[in-house]
Amino acid sequence: MYDSPLGFFARLSLALRTFGRILAERGFANDLLRLEHGAPAVVELPKPPLRETAPDAALQLLALLQQEGRFVDFLEENVAAYSDAEIGGAARVVHEGCRKVIRDYLHLEPVRIEAEGERLTLPAGFDAAAVRLTGNVVGQPPFTGTLRHRGWRATAITLPKIAEGHDVRVLAPAEVEL
Amino acid sequence: MSEARYAVGIDLGTTHCVMAAVDLSASDGDEVVDGIEPIPQLTAPGSVEERLVLPSFLYLPHPDELRPDDRALPWGQPQPFVVGELARSMGGRTPIRLAASAKSWLCHPGVDRRAAILPVEAPDEVQRVSPLQASIRYLEHLRAAWDHRHPDAPLPQQDVVLTVPASFDPAARELTAEAAAAVGLGHLVLLEEPQAALYHWILAARGAWRKQVRVGDIILVIDLGGGTADFSLIAVTERDGSLELVRVAVGDHILLGGDNMDLALAHAVRAKLAEQGTSLDPWQVQALTHGCRHAKETLLSDAALVTAPVVVPSRGSKLIGGTLRTELTRAEVANTLVEGFFPQVEVSAHPTGRARAALTKIGLPYAQDPAVTRHLAAFLARQVGATRDLAGFEHRLPDNASFLHPTAVLFNGGVFKAQSLLNRTLDILNSWLAAENAPPARLLEGIDLDLAVALGAAYYGHVRRGRGVRIRGGAAKSYYVGVESAMPAVPGMEPPIEALCIAPFGMEEGSQAELPPQEVGLVVGEPVRFRFFSSSVRRTDQVGAVLEQWESGEIEELEEIAAVLPAEDRQPGEVVPVRLHAAVTEVGTLRLEAVPRVGTESWKIEFDVRGES
Repeated sequence: MYDSPLGFFARLSLALRTFGRILAERGFANDLLRLEHGAPAVVELPKPPLRETAPDAALQLLALLQQEGRFVDFLEENVAAYSDAEIGGAARVVHEGCRKVIRDYLHLEPVRIEAEGERLTLPAGFDAAAVRLTGNVVGQPPFTGTLRHRGWRATAITLPKIAEGHDVRVLAPAEVEL
Repeated sequence: MSEARYAVGIDLGTTHCVMAAVDLSASDGDEVVDGIEPIPQLTAPGSVEERLVLPSFLYLPHPDELRPDDRALPWGQPQPFVVGELARSMGGRTPIRLAASAKSWLCHPGVDRRAAILPVEAPDEVQRVSPLQASIRYLEHLRAAWDHRHPDAPLPQQDVVLTVPASFDPAARELTAEAAAAVGLGHLVLLEEPQAALYHWILAARGAWRKQVRVGDIILVIDLGGGTADFSLIAVTERDGSLELVRVAVGDHILLGGDNMDLALAHAVRAKLAEQGTSLDPWQVQALTHGCRHAKETLLSDAALVTAPVVVPSRGSKLIGGTLRTELTRAEVANTLVEGFFPQVEVSAHPTGRARAALTKIGLPYAQDPAVTRHLAAFLARQVGATRDLAGFEHRLPDNASFLHPTAVLFNGGVFKAQSLLNRTLDILNSWLAAENAPPARLLEGIDLDLAVALGAAYYGHVRRGRGVRIRGGAAKSYYVGVESAMPAVPGMEPPIEALCIAPFGMEEGSQAELPPQEVGLVVGEPVRFRFFSSSVRRTDQVGAVLEQWESGEIEELEEIAAVLPAEDRQPGEVVPVRLHAAVTEVGTLRLEAVPRVGTESWKIEFDVRGES
């Protein structure tokens, strides 16, 4: 934290402040003891850049996929019990509805416009988040390789506005016919 | 009005409403800055989205059905009703609480349109609404959406153009204007939908339209929306060296549209499933209708396909086990849709008439004959004389022609997204033309089939300021009141009725008819009712003309009109001779007044919209 060597008065001031804290704070005294025995100083690390994402949008999207494409119903069903033809019939419902949701609320485009299987060259400074390298990853860019998957990128998302107090955890309400 | 920043076009449709705007300050001549106004609406409980169209559905929820939060819109307090996409989807599950097709009810002479009758099937505890109120709800929503998006340019201060079917009768037009006035839009202008579609075509062509039509053309507009079929004929004339458009004829009000077609297909598939021993509940029928619409569009857009799958998802959470799978075949589409709605008929064909049965159950007077082509044939045959008196058109049609020969066609409405149905209609029309040695009609292209009416209406608001070609034509009908003929009474026989012309054909907006010489007697303090007639073919009758007899189909009876003379300083029961005076307002509605022989006062005569019963 402090790179330049401290002067005498600064060291005196530190000694006096440290004296007080050793008496007042037990944890500080323990830390100081460890430092005196040659252990590395406990440095306060910067917080890792991870954050919680808000679940609301995820639940909202899931509710839309269920509403339009019966997505949750489909995933929660035991497909092993049915023939491929039966699953195929239901898959049309899921495909048509979920596709509509994706088209209506998101704008998707492939990350790479080249055809899969084509050779391409990645220059130095390519976006490692958008292109993942696999296989014989050695040497320096530019890298030349075969496009295995074009990737997808959402360029826009507009979800419906939600009323204050609306419970997004209800993905599909139970239906009771009177 | 002059401070309006936008011209706003509102398509208040039977199944969908659309709103479009032209930015007047940024537009000049053919250079028009316009666009569709997105309409925020509930799409699921508690979820608001912007959509280009507002489904014209009103759902009246049970108090326990939706929490107030779940009805919240971006503006105002949550209402006890739901309009738009959520109304439509909730109504699919609970039809007894869904008011639909309010627009068709507005033009239904059999019912009282101010009475709370919708939803027809609702149980007593549901607070029903009138067709007028339902229309007000949609307009309220559109106004709120506009004001929310343009807080500095509220809708009542803009130039608003509201579209109506060309076939709307005077009473339905007046009710539409009344609904608009109820939400603060008192200064709007009504525009016929087929004209709006043509305005959009003119706009979309960006000036090039002048090269695509020429003097002497007769443009047929076929507007097939979700619920109605609307025809108009527009002639291209010339004045002072520039092209001019004159709307010369409009068709009858036909309740026949794309929804009928989807329903017909669903019934065909349902019958097929029933043969296989599967019966569907109402919820599944609705899902089937939805599935059939998709399958139809797939089949009609790809001529190589023979069948398209139709899937009816299960209602419960067991999706795979409970889902019904069937298919729609090309033959079924051809039989049901193409042969059913667009049969190859002769131009002499007439739609099968509707027998006026006693109204045991309230329902909409849907067209008895589903054949669009037969309705079209009848329209063109009836209007064979539509251009006879138009300057420059006198000899354009051969003397032996049995129908008016259009030279160009503009299609509008979602039905014609199926190119094959459009081609089929055009082919049939051209076969009629070929039979009379007339050249085939050209197809006018380039409009958005769903949004053209609203966009064209907004453009008309711009054009009205003198910045582009206008379609002239005035009222498409002449109007008559029934007067009893002065004949000696014969016991057991109703005195024959004569029709007195009070409004000639083609009255322009903001013009007044002359006063007829004939007087009728009004009884002070009592409602006096007159029979009321219109004609879409008698173009030369002047005010005061009295018809003793007429050809069948030449004159159509409308609902009665009624006048009440306030007693004021007269004796109740006294008979006051008056003359009936007609005017077309700036809004575009017909206004009838009773004018007494002396004095300057006059009394408004109301269209009776209380139905026959």
